[in-house]
Amino acid sequence: MSTETQKGTLFTPWNIVAGIILAAGVVVTIMRFTMGLGAVTNLSDNNPWGIWIGFDLLCGVALAAGGYTTSAACYIFGFKRFHGAVRPAILTAFLGYALVVFALNYDVGRPWRLVYPIFYQQGTTSILFEVGLCVFIYLTVLFLEYLPAALEWKRGFDKYRDILVKLTMGLTILGVILSTLHQSSLGALYLIAPSKLHPLWYTPYLPVMFFMSSMFAGMSMVIFEGTLSHKHFHHKMDDEYNLGYEDLQMAFSKAAAWIMAGYLAMKVLGLAMDNRWQFLGTGYGVWWLTEVVGFVALPCYAYAVAYRDRNLKLARFTALWTVLGIVLNRFNISLVAFNWQLPSVDRYFPSAGEIIISLFVVTIGVIAFRFIVTRMPIFYVHPAYKDSSH
Amino acid sequence: MKRRHFLGLLGAAGVTLGSGATAKAASLGDVKGLPNAGGVLFDASRCIGCRKCEAACNQVNDLPKPAKAFDDLTVLDVKRRTDAKSYTIVNKYVPDAGKPPVFRKIQCNHCMEPACASACFVAAFKKSETGAVVYDPDVCVGCRYCMVACPFNIPAYEYDKAFTPRVMKCTMCQPRLLEGKLPGCVEACPKEALIFGKRRELLNIAWDRIGGNPGRYVEHVYGEREMGGTSWLTIAPKPSFAAIGMDETLGTTSAPELTSGALAAVPAVAGIWPVLLTGLYAISKRKEKIAESEKQAAVAAAIAKASADAEAKLSEELGKAEVANKRRIEVEVKKALEAAAKAGEEGEDA
Repeated sequence: MSTETQKGTLFTPWNIVAGIILAAGVVVTIMRFTMGLGAVTNLSDNNPWGIWIGFDLLCGVALAAGGYTTSAACYIFGFKRFHGAVRPAILTAFLGYALVVFALNYDVGRPWRLVYPIFYQQGTTSILFEVGLCVFIYLTVLFLEYLPAALEWKRGFDKYRDILVKLTMGLTILGVILSTLHQSSLGALYLIAPSKLHPLWYTPYLPVMFFMSSMFAGMSMVIFEGTLSHKHFHHKMDDEYNLGYEDLQMAFSKAAAWIMAGYLAMKVLGLAMDNRWQFLGTGYGVWWLTEVVGFVALPCYAYAVAYRDRNLKLARFTALWTVLGIVLNRFNISLVAFNWQLPSVDRYFPSAGEIIISLFVVTIGVIAFRFIVTRMPIFYVHPAYKDSSH
Repeated sequence: MKRRHFLGLLGAAGVTLGSGATAKAASLGDVKGLPNAGGVLFDASRCIGCRKCEAACNQVNDLPKPAKAFDDLTVLDVKRRTDAKSYTIVNKYVPDAGKPPVFRKIQCNHCMEPACASACFVAAFKKSETGAVVYDPDVCVGCRYCMVACPFNIPAYEYDKAFTPRVMKCTMCQPRLLEGKLPGCVEACPKEALIFGKRRELLNIAWDRIGGNPGRYVEHVYGEREMGGTSWLTIAPKPSFAAIGMDETLGTTSAPELTSGALAAVPAVAGIWPVLLTGLYAISKRKEKIAESEKQAAVAAAIAKASADAEAKLSEELGKAEVANKRRIEVEVKKALEAAAKAGEEGEDA
């Protein structure tokens, strides 16, 4: 990712890779919408959900949780010094959710009917209905939270911008409610299939676990995104952002360590409650321990150490580690431990087309993020709004 | 309140609400309200694996012709499942090596409280009065959550269609039932391995067969209670249902019950969070205010103390200065007096 030197060459390594992914993505997109899901995916009757759900939806939503955690910390819990981090976090979340919905258009059979459950016929007994409704409303909320930045950029919309800024508190609370509901519901989706999900992962705590893990996923993503942004957009950042930046990374390290400890306790409690210890001795048990010890317990400890020693480098490394742990957890639940009893020939592995679309979606996200932060007041307070920033 | 306290509260609220609430499948109504619902009893000990049911199903449902003809029994050598082109299939199992094989017909079991109906976010599945679980392709979005939810792995999807893909599954021949006809497979079965009737009567027949042939059948009617009960019932020869590929570990909890607790948490979250968060906001705001006023008080006190100190110092200095002045005056006066005295002495001398 080169910095925005307009006259520089277009052929930076990042641009070339991004270009290839975009081109491949367009080809697969055309195939998907003219030849059907079967032409580009490895989905089957036994494996109706692949990485477009396991990664694009489950990981996308969890990793976009930085929006509600950061804005709640700043506006509700009164950590005013994190104010500079709110806009980048909201932008990341907004783009994350927008891309989740974008990617869903690939996955569902008839995407033009995606609004049916909301506006046409409601299946209110479905957990997926709850997810859909919350994601739909929350995407709107995130858009409204992001909008002031765009309006400040284009100028001349001060009246609307001021109204939106006044709504900040209400939108933040609404965001937390909606996030609680749909983050947990994504876990609750799997409650209906106890016979398909491995007993080590299937627990009535799934919704609470998904919600808890979304909190430290979001915080880790804020640390991770902040670190990357510092590398590439440092010239865009003002003093307020820079002053709070390291403080925020430390505070989120501490918070994440605590929540991960609670999450860990819940994981153990889940095993104890259903007395499923005997599965730990199996191959799946080893894999479960890899996830829980290697990608929750250890990063939890590392975060705590990073906070104690004020070791920013360790905190940033741990953020990436935790993000990978979240991806591993969501993959395990949706793919690895799902359909665990099926013979291996009936198991799922993503096709090249599915992987290309997932990369395509992430690339669009990075490009959109870069487009916005190099133009709109995300990392700095717009000079014209210094006194009315919310 | 700390976050952890809140989570505890949330969990408690969810459990309380969950245990009391009963979320039912969409437009299912009360299952007990379908006493006359029909069903089919499949007796695996009578099935000879002729695949006539498959052929009939294919014909009455206008499904595409298969690659291998229905009278080609080599198809039975591999385990199959239902797919977009076949609502029903027959598999061959050999529970005891050396003994004759047992055949099992697979199709939608038409659950009393269907997982697919409970899972569908657009209510495309309905448990109808006839007992059939029917699907409406005109509203289906194609999310395939029904396929994730179905404990019997029945619904299939038309992955190869770009514009009108549908979920495909047995309808118990609902259109034929409404015309007063039998399901295609039942009508075609030459061995009466399939019988159609009212579910409760079928249960009696099933138990009569089990009781009337001691040692022959597994003493269990599959579907009587599995996942809350199914309209399609199966009885099987010994040794077990597992030996003919049927999951014996499904339990009796219906699909809607599995998710009702999580759904019941919605009003709790939507009700408690806003109050709690506004409260937290008010508390943090109040804390800020107190901190601010304490800060101001401290600053004022510090200023007061500083100015008092300064005043004291000033008056001290002034006092000191006064003393010094006095001294100086005294010294000057003394000097003047001494000088005057000296002058007087000198005058006297002169």
